[in-house]
Amino acid sequence: MTTRREFLVLAGASLGAATTAKAQLEPNVTAQRKAAFQAALRKVTGDARVRPGKVKLDVPPLIDNGNAVPLSVAVESPMTAADHVKVIHVFTEKNPQPNVVSVHLGPRSGRASIATRVRLADTGTVVAIAELSDGSFWSDSAEVVVTLSACLEDGLI
Amino acid sequence: MVNAIVNVPAQAQRGEVIEIRTLVRHPMETGFRRTQLGELIARDIITTFVCTYNGAEIFRAELHPAIAANPFMTFTTVATASGTIAFRWSGDNGYAVTETVAISVA
Repeated sequence: MTTRREFLVLAGASLGAATTAKAQLEPNVTAQRKAAFQAALRKVTGDARVRPGKVKLDVPPLIDNGNAVPLSVAVESPMTAADHVKVIHVFTEKNPQPNVVSVHLGPRSGRASIATRVRLADTGTVVAIAELSDGSFWSDSAEVVVTLSACLEDGLI
Repeated sequence: MVNAIVNVPAQAQRGEVIEIRTLVRHPMETGFRRTQLGELIARDIITTFVCTYNGAEIFRAELHPAIAANPFMTFTTVATASGTIAFRWSGDNGYAVTETVAISVA
């Protein structure tokens, strides 16, 4: 027969196990997404050095609804045939897939400035990387707080 | 019902940088959501958006599931000559929508 003392010990142990199991899952998912994010960045930049500057990423710092977040990117560039922005990539750290959008520009763009609306799953970093015609990479990042996730049905998994 | 709305100035000076705003009707189903029975809803998104000016490509975007439903995109171009600006969105399940606008350049 189970005594009251044994019961309490067992109950406490199972409760503890359940809490640790839950606490383990979240960092795993976060770590996986972080790895996917780093891999996506490497795929774009290769071994080239990504320098901060030139790029201006504009995202609201506090987002009520992650389903439609206004995002704009502008890059300082004369946009001539000799010196222009080739591609602007946008990545997020916490979405199930790190890529957000890649836009290809050229000297006929006139200005390197785009705007769109994106989905964000969780509070984290958004990064914009611009690839210039001389092969250099420049970036800007923004920290955002998301109160309502875009992937509400899945929770954050 | 219209599938795409495009905002381009009807007239422009030669060499002027004009802003183009586009909006297209599409649910952008991410492929990460589930039904109440737990089945994964298949991905259905627009993957590519291309803009051509008198046949020459001036803008191209690769979209991913992280783009909000009814994709909105703003970009700029230099008004070089009178003619047409054509837009094409294509994606999963054979989705393709085109739109053209005329521009007159003084």
